[in-house]
Amino acid sequence: MKRKRKTPKVIWRPWRTRFLIGLIAVGALALEGQVLYLQIFEKDFLEAQGDNRHLRTVQISAHRGPITDRHGEPLAVSTPVDSVWADPQALRPALDRLGELAQVLDLDPDWLARRVTSNLDREFVYLRRHLRPDHAARALSLGLPGVSTLREYRRYYPAGEVAGHVLGFTDIDDHGQEGMELAYDYWLAGETGTKRVLKDRLGRVMEDVELINAAQPGRTLATSLDLRIQYLAYRELMQAVQESDALSGSVVIVDVTNGEILAMVNQPSFNPNDRTQLEVSRYRNRAVTDIFEPGSSFKPLVVAAALESGAYSPDSIIDTSPGYLRVGGNILTEDYNNLGRIDITTMLAQSSSVGAGRLGLELDPDQLWSVLTSFGIGRLSDSGFPGESAGVLNDPQHWRPVGQATLGYGYGLSVTALQLAQAYSIIAADGIRRPVTMIANDGEASGERVISADSARALQTMLESVVSPAGTGERAAVANYRVAGKTGTAKKFVVGGYAEDRYLAVFAGLAPVSDPRLVAVVVIDEPRGEDYYGGLVAAPVFSRILSGALRLLAVPPDALEEPPLTVVAQAGVAP
Amino acid sequence: MSLGSLEMGSVPELSLKPFRIRSLVIDVPLLVTLLAVMGIGFVVLYSAIGGSTGLIIRQGIRVFVALMAFLVVAQIPPRVLRMWTPWMYFIGVGLLFLVLFRGTVGQGAQRWLDLGFVRFQPSELLKLAVPMMVAWYMHERRLPPTFAQLLIVFVVVAVPAVLIARQPDLGTSLLVVAAGGLAIMFAGISVKMLSVFAVLGMGSAPVLWHFMREYQRARVMTFLNPETDPLGAGYNIIQSKIALGSGGLFGKGWLNGTQAHLEFLPERSTDFIFAVMGEEFGMLGLLLLLALYLVLVGRGLLIAVQAQDTFTRLLAGSLTLTFFVYVFVNAGMVCGLLPIVGVPLPLVSAGGTSMVTLMAGFGMLAAIQGNRKLLAP
Repeated sequence: MKRKRKTPKVIWRPWRTRFLIGLIAVGALALEGQVLYLQIFEKDFLEAQGDNRHLRTVQISAHRGPITDRHGEPLAVSTPVDSVWADPQALRPALDRLGELAQVLDLDPDWLARRVTSNLDREFVYLRRHLRPDHAARALSLGLPGVSTLREYRRYYPAGEVAGHVLGFTDIDDHGQEGMELAYDYWLAGETGTKRVLKDRLGRVMEDVELINAAQPGRTLATSLDLRIQYLAYRELMQAVQESDALSGSVVIVDVTNGEILAMVNQPSFNPNDRTQLEVSRYRNRAVTDIFEPGSSFKPLVVAAALESGAYSPDSIIDTSPGYLRVGGNILTEDYNNLGRIDITTMLAQSSSVGAGRLGLELDPDQLWSVLTSFGIGRLSDSGFPGESAGVLNDPQHWRPVGQATLGYGYGLSVTALQLAQAYSIIAADGIRRPVTMIANDGEASGERVISADSARALQTMLESVVSPAGTGERAAVANYRVAGKTGTAKKFVVGGYAEDRYLAVFAGLAPVSDPRLVAVVVIDEPRGEDYYGGLVAAPVFSRILSGALRLLAVPPDALEEPPLTVVAQAGVAP
Repeated sequence: MSLGSLEMGSVPELSLKPFRIRSLVIDVPLLVTLLAVMGIGFVVLYSAIGGSTGLIIRQGIRVFVALMAFLVVAQIPPRVLRMWTPWMYFIGVGLLFLVLFRGTVGQGAQRWLDLGFVRFQPSELLKLAVPMMVAWYMHERRLPPTFAQLLIVFVVVAVPAVLIARQPDLGTSLLVVAAGGLAIMFAGISVKMLSVFAVLGMGSAPVLWHFMREYQRARVMTFLNPETDPLGAGYNIIQSKIALGSGGLFGKGWLNGTQAHLEFLPERSTDFIFAVMGEEFGMLGLLLLLALYLVLVGRGLLIAVQAQDTFTRLLAGSLTLTFFVYVFVNAGMVCGLLPIVGVPLPLVSAGGTSMVTLMAGFGMLAAIQGNRKLLAP
């Protein structure tokens, strides 16, 4: 013994030491073994389990392509907005703080509480959509669990009511619902991208890990609209509809050289930025969806068929005596005066329905049908506009003489304003039919000949006489330009027959006659003022719009009334 | 170190000499290893609390206080400790009763005594006082203990253990029982007795089950089959296994643990910090930490073996093995070897009281080693 001991009786048995050291060794080995098992053998499984919990694939909203007019003026643009959403399950522990959230989001606290508590079995509910990003960030800064934001895009329409009907609108999920937004959704909508993100336990995105598919922004849609002319048409139409206390109205303006629609407006209108205005009666694009009996404005197409038949010329004489037209024992229509024997030009200028009815009756039904159809009557146009109506043109077998006669002066069939514009643009384009389009097609579009150039030119000349002091469409005249066109005043068909006091006033025309560039159709439905004739209600609108549009497009005048005296005067002042 | 030499009771003096700086007792190998573990703990904790400076400063203060506790206790000669032992024990048990009736409730358990300026957890005191009391009781007696003596020791351990379990604080209770039981082991208990206690222990399992609270039963059931309730009771252990497993051999790197930083891992700065370490530093990191723990345990055992009287030997052995139980229970729970028990990872987890207690215990080890009476050279 080398040392003193206070208690020499401590018994230290080797097995005890070994046992304790053995216990420690077993414990340490068990730990090591478990760590090894978890970190080496189970690594892949557990790693995958971890990834399942915090790696998520989320969608990246794609920017919807803008819509512009032909000059690049924005008509529809998407701006980023943030939508606030919640995972009610994760939000559950913080239900007592919903009041703060409601305050930040300007929501009714009771509504918000119900929204969350009634969806506790779900993992996603929107709380408030389309907030300005800084506003949504304020909601996030409350730090409530399970509350997140989602980047979305909201559509704005800078032109508001002016182009609302043509553009249509998107729903809150940015899908096109009406108009161009719907028709060209495939083009405008971007491709939603996907990315992998790290999310924490509360579902907040902490970090972008990798981009799987980049979001492909939508493409720009350049429409054929000319916003300046669109504004002009909108203003004039609105004023006319208000002044005549009409139900509704439409204007379509087509570029004769390529079929592009430069303007298309309707009344009543709606503002696509204001969703409270979304009612069908307001957002319907009447110019393509609503059909009407064109009345006298249809007569030129019947005359075109007559000219094409080879049996008639502008000078052919039609006997309109005795001033009314009787077919099968019924008087179908009557003129204001007995015009007697008149040529076709006068028939159009005076808008003799008796003459047009007689002419219609004398034509071969199949030939007439074929010409009318080639003008696009009774067929969908090429505009591709959603909800477009094809109008109504019966098969000639069902016409019978009464139907054929009424067709002559524009009853018993229906067209849209766009169809009428298309038909007139064929006349204006010397008989070439070019597909009407809402898309800017840069330059001249190829077309097919529908009627001979001679017939078309003859019609232009005849229609010019309508817009003369001797014709019904004098008020459609545009200073310094030669204008051709046709008025129409159609009685509206109501339950039980044609109403005596409800009219549809139409003017369809083209300018300048020497080298037609524009066709415009103005439709005013049920003008309730003193005047209801197309020549009095619709023709002035035509005149005002075209005088502006022709100047905006710098179309050379072909009927300068006076020489530019101002220039001469200035020259005289010079020393 | 040969076990044969231990048996003789004549332990050869190893080169690891007690170290005195101006009569300051510091056990250098112990202190160095402790500092290494606490350093690692600091780094891991920084990541686990998400780099919050305020929290890390508070933890730094706790570490400082714990180091002070180590240094102060190390200066107390073991015989003084022995004199204080009964006082510590009975005051501790008295405080436990006080807690039972007057304690502050925190997180559903009544564990704290509010002393006005500081909240104090008497159960921590018992972690030291129980093994000290067992050692004190055995010190005067001839070893191995008789059956009657063992029964008395059993009461000495059981009373505080039951009181603590009532709080309820199963983890601390378990550690107290372990400390007392290990002291008995060191006191020398025959195989026969050990077997009797083992059988008694197993027989008491159903009784224990009866007295366990609902959440404690759920933890046992969850341990047996965590996948039954992955979002509820099994959530912690599943998340913790994922954290460990996804760390792999080298880990994801400091501050890069997704489980921890995305807040999937619960209690990541306290009970589950082992998983944070496993996720960020991988198996190599864990092996290093466990190796350091084993160094501490080895040093403690060496001190026990070299101790010169029954009290110090029993105390040193018991404290050392309790420390190992501490590590084993926490690490075992985090890796799914053991049911979830609220035991922090010693010297690493955030939280002050247990660290101060532990360091005080290591201080005692240093004191035992430093106060051996050496033969005059």
